[in-house]
Amino acid sequence: MARMKFLCDADRCIECNACVTACKNEHEVPWGINRRRVVTINDGLPGERSVSMACMHCTDAPCASVCPVDCFYTTADAVVLHSKDLCIGCGYCFYACPFGAPQYPKVGNFGSRGKMDKCTYCAGGPEADMTMAEYEKYGANRLAEGKLPLCAEMCSTKALLAGDGDIIAEIYRERVTTRGYGSGAWGWQTAYQESINV
Amino acid sequence: MVAQSYFARITLTLAMLAALFFAAPMAGAQEPVNPTARSVQEQQLLEALQGGNAISGRVSIPDQRAADLIKPEGRNWSGTHNSTVYWTTTAVVLGMLALLTVFYFVRGRIRLEHGFAGRTIKRFNSFERFAHWLTAVCFILLALTGLNLIFGRYVLIPLFGADTFATATQLGKVVHNYIAWPFMLGIAIMLVVWIKDNIPGRIDLDWIKAGGGMLKGGGHPPAKRFNAGQKIIFWSVVLGGAALSFTGVLLLFPQLAGEPGNWQLAQLAHAIIAAVMTAVILAHIYIGTLGMEGAFDAMGSGQVDVNWAREHHSLWVAERDTAVEGEPRGHVAPAE
Ligand code: HEM
Ligand code: SF4
Ligand code: SF4
Repeated sequence: MARMKFLCDADRCIECNACVTACKNEHEVPWGINRRRVVTINDGLPGERSVSMACMHCTDAPCASVCPVDCFYTTADAVVLHSKDLCIGCGYCFYACPFGAPQYPKVGNFGSRGKMDKCTYCAGGPEADMTMAEYEKYGANRLAEGKLPLCAEMCSTKALLAGDGDIIAEIYRERVTTRGYGSGAWGWQTAYQESINV
Repeated sequence: MVAQSYFARITLTLAMLAALFFAAPMAGAQEPVNPTARSVQEQQLLEALQGGNAISGRVSIPDQRAADLIKPEGRNWSGTHNSTVYWTTTAVVLGMLALLTVFYFVRGRIRLEHGFAGRTIKRFNSFERFAHWLTAVCFILLALTGLNLIFGRYVLIPLFGADTFATATQLGKVVHNYIAWPFMLGIAIMLVVWIKDNIPGRIDLDWIKAGGGMLKGGGHPPAKRFNAGQKIIFWSVVLGGAALSFTGVLLLFPQLAGEPGNWQLAQLAHAIIAAVMTAVILAHIYIGTLGMEGAFDAMGSGQVDVNWAREHHSLWVAERDTAVEGEPRGHVAPAE
């Protein structure tokens, strides 16, 4: 089985936000929630870089470890998913997540957050694959259809890569060697406790 | 001469131009265009963080929280929550239960030295008892629903299944978040009505030196309305309750806490203080019920046996008697 990961090559990302839009549309993500976002570091300065970020589907996921109702599970592809039926909206996973991935449909006051929502790596949830029930809660299940996450699939510069960790790491390594520079595999150290050595 | 120098100058100029022409591309070859020369590198930013805050930038979506790109601290918080908080709570709560069990078997129930007199005097009026029980019931609900968030996942899911547990925990969370308010009210009332009797004094030192007369038999040291042990409980409850209220309100209204780091800190403080408070209250419950004969009545009916009062709060009884001079000593309860 593959170990699915995301990788954003910040030296290619042009901050077009197509991945953000694709994700919102593909999954009918509720208003106010962005499963993916593009953050620009050092905006307006020489050397600014944009990074597209979503849930990284961490190794030893911190969100899963703090959830009081233990509603996370890791698929055979190492995708970190959760059950909205079990979630009590306590907010713990938001505070544990290094990437701000978990979000809530309501403002946090008085513990009234509603069910947590986050990137599913286009892999749905605990419901049966590709059912309406699954779609309504978690969005499309592209992985079950044999497709990769839409954000990466439609990235015009191929800055955003999704797929087996070893393969996308190899692609990135090759790029860096060829062009001679790379600003790093953003988030990998924190998410997977490894980085790509070139 | 003139023509010669003219020629020399032209040659020199040509030579310089040629040098420029050939040198320029050579210099370029030495320094290839590197668009990333001044680019931000993740590694540098991570090192610059030194464990604090987040690597942030600008986002075009109207949610400023989304501007935090990486918050490595999240992993540490989850680690602390799952190890330090989990083990501290386990150790403190189970440790206290073990201590009380040992104490019970070694010391046994602390009995009245001279038995019951049969006459009772009023110790707590109905308002005081209301404040006590309001706080007590709220505390127990808060402690159970709170501990459930830490241990339920490991202890209760295997017993009841994930669905039932999630439903109960959802309810528990609502209970925790709403019962917090009457709890705060109870703490506030107790502070107002009892603070005057809980100012620490010299007499408390003697009481503590004598171990409160609890470790061995043979009489209790003198005490006013509250002895040093009770004062310790009072101040733990007031200060601990205030700290739990403060941190709890920050948890309830994350905006008040500000950045995520503050919320995380409040959460850890809340959990650790809750563990200590739970242990203190376990000891309090023990001594108020099983541990000491005659003690429960004070908060039950509000009336205590005169002998109990004399043994445990000799100075309070004496003060009380002078205050109500002329009346028969103590309130005479109908013989039962
Ligand atoms: C006084 C007002 C209090 C407030 C406003 C408050 C609020 C909160 C909140 C908001 C949480 C986070 C989970 C949730 O959303 O329900 C929480 C967790 C917790 N509370 Fe309280 N609480 C209060 C008092 C207490 C008391 C008296 C205790 C027990 C002695 C307690 C024990 C706990 C525990 C053990 C947790 C779980 C901590 C963890 O998961 O690590 N709380 N509280
Ligand atoms: S990125 Fe956040 S939500 Fe996703 S697996 Fe890691 S900790 Fe969990
Ligand atoms: S918000 Fe939901 S998913 Fe996140 S930790 Fe709480 S119960 Fe678990």
